[in-house]
Amino acid sequence: MYHLILYVLIIGAGTLGELCVTRAMKVVGEVKDFRPIAIVRVFARAVRVPWMWAGISLMATAFFSLLTVLTTQNVSLVVPVTALNYGAGALGGRLILGENVSARRWIGVMVVCAGVAIVVLGGR
Amino acid sequence: MKSAASLHFKTFLFILFMVAFGPLGNVLLGKGMKRIGAVQVTNLAEAWHLLVRILSSPTIWAGIVSLLSFFVAYMLVLSWADYSYVQPASSVSYAMVALLAHYLLREAISPLRWFGVLVICLGVLVVGHTPPRTTEPR
Repeated sequence: MYHLILYVLIIGAGTLGELCVTRAMKVVGEVKDFRPIAIVRVFARAVRVPWMWAGISLMATAFFSLLTVLTTQNVSLVVPVTALNYGAGALGGRLILGENVSARRWIGVMVVCAGVAIVVLGGR
Repeated sequence: MKSAASLHFKTFLFILFMVAFGPLGNVLLGKGMKRIGAVQVTNLAEAWHLLVRILSSPTIWAGIVSLLSFFVAYMLVLSWADYSYVQPASSVSYAMVALLAHYLLREAISPLRWFGVLVICLGVLVVGHTPPRTTEPR
């Protein structure tokens, strides 16, 4: 149960966080200048977008859950399980960002989830 | 305005950074946290002691720097590319994590688990072949 809660946090908070960061970066606009000073300016613009803070907070929650789970589980098990993010990502993309998730994309997502199940069944 | 070819090139380049730094960061964190061992926190003093132990590990710091580099590349690429394009395209990370865990951490990875990683990559390939943008730019 303890690990289940941690995995839900890693996947749920992680995906929501990424969706928020995506929205924030679309507000910032396309980055075309990659000099260090320009990247610092991009950061300065990004941190003024509230979506970025929501995203970072959620991703930090997922990150600390990941740290906790890594103390007892193998990294080669933990990281593939986070592939469930693809299912959560497609769902969030459709419901939150209004993306048109095609049948083909859903099939791909299901194949990913099958892969995750195989990794878990693969055992230690 | 940049041409489609140069847009593809910079997208590829930043996803390459993500694939290199993301898995490396995860593996370094895994290595660092394994050294710390199972977490048993029942009060604030124990939590503080654990935090000090985590933050005094060079391996964990290397992992954090690596994951920060990953995050910078991720943020920049999302400023022009779709989430639904970037997320699947960076899936090579799964194979990379398995390779790093096997060769750096000496974790035993069963053939079935290798097969699972292969299926994950296959599924992500199918997702990656769908149109990268399905919404109008904001």
